[in-house]
Amino acid sequence: MQTAVSQTSPPKKSFLYDPKVRGIFYQVVLVAAIIFLFYMAATNAIENLQRAKIASGFGFLNNTAGFDISQTLIQFSAAGGTYGDAFIVGLLNTLVVSAIGIFFTTFLGFLIGIARLSKNWVVANVAMVYVEVLRNVPLLVQLLFWYIAVLGALPQPRNSLEMGAGFYLNSRGLFMARPLWGDTIWVLVAVLAIGIVGTLLYRRWAKQQQERTGRQSPVGKVALALLLGLPILTWILLALLGTNPITFELPRKGTFNLTGGMQVLPEFVALLLGLVTYTAAFIAEIVRAGILAVSKGQTEAAGSLGLKPGQTLRLVVVPQAMRVIIPPLTSQYLNLTKNSSLAVAIGYPDLVQVFMGTVLNQTGQAIEVVVITMGVYLTISLVTSFFMNIYNRRMAIVER
Amino acid sequence: MSTAVDMPRFVRAKQVEALPPPNLARGPIAWIRENLFSGPFNTLLTLVVLYLLYVSVPPMVKFLFIDAVWTGTDRAACRADTGGSESGACWAFIWDKINYFIYGSYTVSERWRVNIFFALLAIGVVWLLWLRAPRRDLGAVYFFWIFPTASYILLTGGNESFSGRFWIGFAILGALVISLFAFVAAVLKASMRPALVIGGGIVAVVGVTLALVDMDFGLAHVPTSLWGGILVTLLVATVGIVVSLPFGIVLALGRRSKLPIVRLASVIFIEFVRGVPLITVLIMANTMLPLFLPGDMTVDRLLRPLIGTALFASAYMAEVVRGGLQAMPKGQYEGAMSLGLNYPQMMSLIILPQALRIVIPGIVNTFIGLFKDTSLVAIVGIFDLVKTIEASRIDPNWAAPTIGMTGYVFAALFYFIFCFGMSRYSLGVERRLAAGQKR
Repeated sequence: MQTAVSQTSPPKKSFLYDPKVRGIFYQVVLVAAIIFLFYMAATNAIENLQRAKIASGFGFLNNTAGFDISQTLIQFSAAGGTYGDAFIVGLLNTLVVSAIGIFFTTFLGFLIGIARLSKNWVVANVAMVYVEVLRNVPLLVQLLFWYIAVLGALPQPRNSLEMGAGFYLNSRGLFMARPLWGDTIWVLVAVLAIGIVGTLLYRRWAKQQQERTGRQSPVGKVALALLLGLPILTWILLALLGTNPITFELPRKGTFNLTGGMQVLPEFVALLLGLVTYTAAFIAEIVRAGILAVSKGQTEAAGSLGLKPGQTLRLVVVPQAMRVIIPPLTSQYLNLTKNSSLAVAIGYPDLVQVFMGTVLNQTGQAIEVVVITMGVYLTISLVTSFFMNIYNRRMAIVER
Repeated sequence: MSTAVDMPRFVRAKQVEALPPPNLARGPIAWIRENLFSGPFNTLLTLVVLYLLYVSVPPMVKFLFIDAVWTGTDRAACRADTGGSESGACWAFIWDKINYFIYGSYTVSERWRVNIFFALLAIGVVWLLWLRAPRRDLGAVYFFWIFPTASYILLTGGNESFSGRFWIGFAILGALVISLFAFVAAVLKASMRPALVIGGGIVAVVGVTLALVDMDFGLAHVPTSLWGGILVTLLVATVGIVVSLPFGIVLALGRRSKLPIVRLASVIFIEFVRGVPLITVLIMANTMLPLFLPGDMTVDRLLRPLIGTALFASAYMAEVVRGGLQAMPKGQYEGAMSLGLNYPQMMSLIILPQALRIVIPGIVNTFIGLFKDTSLVAIVGIFDLVKTIEASRIDPNWAAPTIGMTGYVFAALFYFIFCFGMSRYSLGVERRLAAGQKR
């Protein structure tokens, strides 16, 4: 065979026709173009920075910031805080609004997605109108709208709305009791940890029990007792012993303003409302598609096996729907996190507002600031998609 | 009558009266009972939703229509202390500012040019989106070449008056490009004619465009700082789609390429852009673009966010197109190769026409996202619709409590009409494409 091939040598061809040679040529050209672009950009940037007398490097992170931030989860003051601290404050604010937003939007999105599939005509159509309206109006317009609607409806601080249980509402935001941790808080945390471990152990035991004997155990009730009952009992016990682990500082009403307690900014409320309602419309569509993707035969088969409707939903429909729902759902969570950067439009101090706004304007170090900010968002997305891929591999249908 | 097995039996002796028809199986009442009140839970659900509607819809209708102020020339009409009404939307404000919302501060005597731009845009969009329009290939030439050139001349006034040095430079560059094509053809021993035609064509297209931009049509120059409102919103969206579609296709092909460096570069670009929020890209374009250019070059303030949004949209478009490329059966590639087509021919004649067709809904959805995202340019100080509303909202002439709400409702309505229309279109195309697949 070998000799036969070599004997009929192919007609002499220019090496330029070799796909490999061509491929290398194209790639060399591309690399050269990219290097040239970067080189031009870098030399120009260095020259421009020198002319504008802007320092470079990340040393500015240790300089005193000299501005205040309206919502800080860690200690931060204009006098003592550095730009690095401001970065952390902004990052934490972004993460807080994203985490709370993701929690509520999941709930609302699933509710509306299921409502869209309801046999109830009114419910299904109200859900459809909700989705269509919210999806087709820019988030920025919605945020500005909520900000005005939320702010406009609220009274001045001097006549705050009193809502009981230490809740006050006025144009400076929502005021509520601030929890103060006592000395014995570690007992409560330890008890909670014991509850979690206990629940996990009990669940494992119950599963083994069911596989062995077919008997089912009341996992839900036991978990509730361990996770909620036990800590609450401990709390009451500790309080009776005179070492209350958690006390509340209530906001006090002064003549003009409220002092003490915890304050939730109206910007935060507006941003949260906008993000939650907007993202929920997209999640609703994902949930709907996911549930529709589970064929009716699955429900019927589960019924013919004798599963109750609740069990059918929990054991047959939801696990299969989730396989379709989870990947786009994660990308919606990422979208929500990225969209929280619109906070800059209504003045909520998130990462972009604090760092790309104030810090960039004060220091003028555009390249460093942009690189850091983008790096944060990129890290969040890459880490999320990394876990997503692991999840996908675990959930993918395993075929014989 | 005796039977083998003695068993009790019952035989009906006389006809039973027919049951009356079910009380209500058809008609509106039966429908209501079946769909809304079929059980206790369903009834409760219906009542709760109806209550929510009762709480939300009448006040909304009242605010938007019944109590709304339709006429007026200044804030007096929308303030309670001057005898106006504060409980409804202040449409008089929108009506008073409508020209500002559409054109921004564009020179008043030159606004007909903007109107022509809108008309040209409408023609292009209909030509491309209407699936049965004649000569859609010409439509593409129109949308991606004639329309942008014409719009540029119309909106800025053209008459760039390039220097003689510029034209000499262009001539040298053009000659270089043509000779490069000729050289490649000569080295590859390919026929000279197509190489010359392609090289000459590229140079000619660029040259004609530049000459047109250079020409003096007697149009007054309108600086971009005066542009605003819906004009800028549509402009950002249009530039986004005109750039992102071709660039997105190139990126998608790059990502599917067998050449590792090309693939790596495309993946890095796409994943980087998709991983960061648009607002950071816009701020980057705003602050870093001037840094990267030589000191004596300035970038127009409107151009910076245009570049930002175009790059951003390209990455998303690339992922949509990649979906289409991946959906092509392998046989299509193999068929093309067995016919002896080379890579450009295979892609442009066989793969892309089919792949792009199946991702039309995805492209339109990306475009909806892009259209909504154009509102973000307001944050970097470009006077798009949202920014013009922001600016008018604080006009002391119209200082009234309902102004902000009215402005944003107007903006929401504008965006909703466009986006909803596009999403219906994409649904329609999807259904049409699905119809072709049905057996």
